Order: sequence, then C-alpha cells, then structure tokens
Amino acid sequence: MKCQQCDRPATFHITELTGGKPQELHLCEDHARQYLTSSSGEPPGPGGVAAALAQQVQQMAIGQTAEELARLDQQACPVCGITFYEFRSQGRLGCPHDYVAFQAQLDPLLLNVHGESEHTGKRPRRAPAASERRTQLIRLRREMKEAIENEKYERASELRDEIRRTESE
Amino acid sequence: MDLNELTQTSGEWLRGLGPEADIVISSRIRLARNLADFPFISRATPQDRLQIERSLRDAILAANSSGDLLYVAVDELEGVDRQFLVERHLISREHAESQGRRAVAIDRTERFSLMINEEDHLRIQVLQSGFNLDSVWEQINNIDDGIEERVTYAFHERLGYLTACPTNVGTGMRVSVMLHLPALVITRQIEKVFRSLQKISLAVRGLYGEGSQATGDFYQISNQITLGRSEQELVQQVRDIVPVIIDYERQARQFLIKESHENLHDRVSRAYGILRTAQTISSEETMHLLSSVRMGVNLGLIQDLRIADINDLFIRTQPAHLQKLTGNELASTDRNIERARYLRHHLNREDGGHGAEKN
Repeated sequence: MKCQQCDRPATFHITELTGGKPQELHLCEDHARQYLTSSSGEPPGPGGVAAALAQQVQQMAIGQTAEELARLDQQACPVCGITFYEFRSQGRLGCPHDYVAFQAQLDPLLLNVHGESEHTGKRPRRAPAASERRTQLIRLRREMKEAIENEKYERASELRDEIRRTESE
Repeated sequence: MDLNELTQTSGEWLRGLGPEADIVISSRIRLARNLADFPFISRATPQDRLQIERSLRDAILAANSSGDLLYVAVDELEGVDRQFLVERHLISREHAESQGRRAVAIDRTERFSLMINEEDHLRIQVLQSGFNLDSVWEQINNIDDGIEERVTYAFHERLGYLTACPTNVGTGMRVSVMLHLPALVITRQIEKVFRSLQKISLAVRGLYGEGSQATGDFYQISNQITLGRSEQELVQQVRDIVPVIIDYERQARQFLIKESHENLHDRVSRAYGILRTAQTISSEETMHLLSSVRMGVNLGLIQDLRIADINDLFIRTQPAHLQKLTGNELASTDRNIERARYLRHHLNREDGGHGAEKN
C-alpha cells in the first residue's frame, strides 16, 4: 500500500479516533511523523499500536541519527527471525520471545499504549518459566528445518532429539 | 460440519432478555491466548498452523465436557458460509478473510465461540444478551482455565499473556457491551458521548467491531487498555460507564417523547410501514428503519412486535443469511427483493410475531 501523501510505501497505519467517526490513515514514516507532530496539541489517545509507534519514532528521532534508527530496525529476534522493521511495518510480532528480544523498543511502546508496564491480572497455573523454555521450541524447529534444507542431517538429528526432550519436559 | 443447523436457531444473545435489554443488546468478553511453543500467526508456517490447530482442537474438545460443540474448519468453508458466521458474530471478519488453516468451535446455543489461528492462536469469546458482564467473565474464566490445563500458554512474568499485537498484551482481554442508541443519534448527542469515552480510554466501534461503521445505531463500548489492570478492574471500568450512557439514552428518548411526540411517532410508524410494504430494500436501509422500529417497540409506540423478533431481523436480513435461507447465491438486486419479501412475511403475520414460527 502506498502512502496517502506520496509514492513511498505506507508503513504506518493510523486509525484516528478523535473525530467521532474512525478515520484510517496510511502513511510513510516521514508523513506519519509530520501528521503526528501537527496534531501534537492533543493527548495521545487510544490510537492503537501504529499511532504509538509513529509517536515513538518521532521521539527517538530527536536524540538519534538515521543510522542508529536503521540499526535498531535491523535488529532480529534470535528465535523467530523477525526484524524490528518488519514488526513496525506489520504491527504484529513474530513470536512470544520478541517481547524479550525487543524489550528496549517495546517497553516504551507498551507504556505509551497502556500507560502501564506490568501485568496485574490472572496468571496461568503453570509456571511462566516453563512457558519461556517452550518458546525455545520455535527456534529449535526453525533451525532443524534450515538444517534439513542445507542437508546438514547430523545437526538436524541432534536438533530433533533436543526438540523431543524439550517437548516432554 | 453442518452450519445449516444454525440457520434454524438464533443466538442466545439475540433473545432480548437480561438486564437493560431495551438498550443493551449484548455483553461480550474475549481473551487472546497463544501457545508458548509456536511462532505467532504472522511467522507461522503451514505446518505450524496445522499443529497449533490440532493441539488447540484437542484441548478445547477435552475441556468441553458437555460435548455440545460444533467444530468448523473455516478454511474449508464457502465464502457465503464464512460471511454467515461473521454476521452471527461467531467469527471475526479478519478470521473469515484471512488465509491458511484456521477453525472455530461454536457452542450450539451460541453463548461462546473459540477461534483458532485468528490474529492470535486462540481467541475465546463469550456472548450474552443484556447487561451481564460478571456472569460473562465467570464463564470465560472457566473456559480459559479448562484449556490452560491442557496446553502451555505464552506468558511473561512481568507482561502477562503475550499476544501478536502489543495492544492486547497483559490480560489479552476485551470487554465490550453493545448498545442501541437511536435517541442519542437523533438528538445529535452521540459524538459528545464518544469524545468523553475516548478521554477515559474506552473505544467505540460499530456492530461488527474493529473498523466497522455504526449501522442501525448500534455501538460497542470496550476497554482499550489491556496491561496493568486486572480482569475485574477492566470489567468494572466498562460496567461503571454503561449505566451512564443508558441514562443519557433514556433521557434523550423522554425528551423526544415530550418535545416532539408527533415527529417521533411519525418516524417510527413510517419506518414500520416501509418495512412491511417495500418490494426491494437494501441492507443499510433495513438496518436504519429497524432501528426506529426497535425504539418504537421499547417506547410502546408499536404494540404488536417483540424485541427478540426485531433483534433477529437485524441479523437475518443480512446478505449471507438471506442466501443461506434461499439456498442460492444472490446478486445484490435479487437480495434486495428477497430481503423485502422476508420482511413483509415476518412483519405482516396475523399473530404479529408472537408465534413459534421462526423462519
């Protein structure tokens, strides 16, 4: 999808809720920043993840150079392989581990969206530690698939054993 | 897999019963959950999706002791059937329109449904007629517990339940109440109400949720924040604000009755008249007119109709429902003729809609 203001791809999808009827905006980074700066007199409001992200880019841009921003964008999750840039353009994360891998970028975003940074509600009866360990299965399965594709069968069989061990824990 | 079974019945949430049912159509809560050992949907391979579907299907079927679930592979359905489930609020539009392996488990009384491989691996929703959030929370909490005994959810010590979109992280919970607010629309106060809701971070959506227009004067009020508050607090926030809006709507209705009784009665009667006599009618016009009729029944201006029957008409006159009813795919011109026929038939019965006949 193209930016509504120019020919570049739209990487920010903002739903404006402050005018009665919701209005959808699809903008490139520059125009998103411009849009949000121009309407910055108002409180952030519950504009969803895209609006919060755009605002965050705007805030980061103040203290950081373009290279630093680009470097942050290229950072990838070791478990699922998604880059922060991919998350930013889709608005969806790749796996549970992203919350750990992108913690530095996500924590301010969460604070922006929710006004809070800590869960206070229900907890599953299973220990969260077990949940984090099982997340590693995502990486192991991905690595096994890659090993098979590259015909590294010995490595693939090691990985398969490790997957079985983790699954039965 | 037999969806036709559902065309014979109506969802519990349309019964028009429960507290404040003249204004509150339904109370709904949904929980977003993901399995710890698979990528979120955007990074899931077809193989992942299949395995996610299998483990959740097994957990759901094992947790549901009553065995009264209809399990449907959404990706194997025809477009009209997927649309039919959206119109009934059993799956989301996103679920209907996406690609790849996905499924839904539906309670036969349509009190709850569980979507597999939607934006998150699992979306549980419980739906009830009237203003009944506490009972809805109790039910969904039980369903969630039953599934959690059998799978490992992605959960973070500090951030709570992990979701594909950071806007749902924490409780993964959306509490929403669907309201019918025609008088606030007529008296042009609705925008003011919305602005004040947005200030306390509540969201307002149309009949079909995210991105949908408010047709038929239906509005869903829901929490925007999911992190940093307990489920009970989130329920409470919505539960506290709804009576205030109900009160505004009742005041606006009283104002209309007192200050422009003839105009109001005229609007309601004309709407009823058109619905009973039209030969071709669009979905939008139907919703618009049914909204006036619904308010007319609530205010005693129309005596021979039941709220449950009108609630039903809102859903049954939508495109996929009409097509399921006639058994054919219909072009929109033919749908409009069929819709008018259906409305005439149902609004002109001798017994005025009190009979057992549903179709």
